[in-house]
Amino acid sequence: MPEFDSKKVADIHQQLHSHLPSDSALRIKALETLLVDKGLVNPDTIDAWVEAYSEEIGPKRGAEVVAKAWSDSKFKQKLMQDAPAAIDELGYLGKATAHLKVVENTDDVHNLVVCTLCSCYPFSILGIAPAWYKAAAYRSRAVRDPRGVLAEFGVHINNEVEIRVWDSTAELRYLVLPQRPAGTEQMGEDELAGLVTRNSMIGTDRDLGANPGRAY
Amino acid sequence: MIDAELTLRPLHKVDGDPVFDEPWQAEALAIADILVSKGMFSARTWSEALGKALKDAQSVGAVDNQQTYYNCVLSALEQLVAEHSDIDQQTMATKRQDWEHAYLSTPHGQPVRLK
Repeated sequence: MPEFDSKKVADIHQQLHSHLPSDSALRIKALETLLVDKGLVNPDTIDAWVEAYSEEIGPKRGAEVVAKAWSDSKFKQKLMQDAPAAIDELGYLGKATAHLKVVENTDDVHNLVVCTLCSCYPFSILGIAPAWYKAAAYRSRAVRDPRGVLAEFGVHINNEVEIRVWDSTAELRYLVLPQRPAGTEQMGEDELAGLVTRNSMIGTDRDLGANPGRAY
Repeated sequence: MIDAELTLRPLHKVDGDPVFDEPWQAEALAIADILVSKGMFSARTWSEALGKALKDAQSVGAVDNQQTYYNCVLSALEQLVAEHSDIDQQTMATKRQDWEHAYLSTPHGQPVRLK
């Protein structure tokens, strides 16, 4: 019964490998085991971090900051002068926002944020950076050809508008304060926050009045 | 080899992609952030190591996607742990083999544990 045996062996082999994690997953498991054994990390802390960034911490926090700045001039003034202190008021201060600068869009200026080195990002208030922010295509072109990059996002900036590109580092990260859309004077902070897109706080979105309520 | 189609596709096409494709990617980022918080290495050291890993990957033509990014996160993390603790690369490789063996020797459906 050699044919049956070889098929059985192949099936068993496939079954065994079907639940074998990838090489990368095994390497992380190994690293985590060693770090936990040495008392250098607590597995509960890892679980809590993953849960927080999967469920809780995301661009809604940044949208809340933007909506408050639109509605409260004193808060906006503080945000522009000392962003970490202003964000601390909302309880969202974290390592990634401890050194944060807010840059404001105006009729004449559009701001775009990138990290040309790796992927520095104010993740305490925007969550994990989107895939495109980490891509070489974005990191290498945002400084060289910001208008071209913005056009790929469907954002066409008039030539009279100056584009300022901010290169984030581990020590200084940036958040764009987009312009408040016209016709929103009666809106409260919650409603305003619903107009803010994640990309508008990085600078790959601009006119929030054009498509209100877009998903983050 | 560079995946021209992927590299050239408009950036906004990847806007809605999930931030993590697999759980290990979240764990890798979590461990890196926790070790920075605990002071094993600085945020700057981390960004420099990750930046170098990304540059190296790009220079050998790795596909410009999340898999490559998180593989770089993993390599940078292993390198910094080896440099800033007494856990060396060989110890990591041995432990990885132990886990692989544990998975292969555990019947499907049973919890996988290191012996």
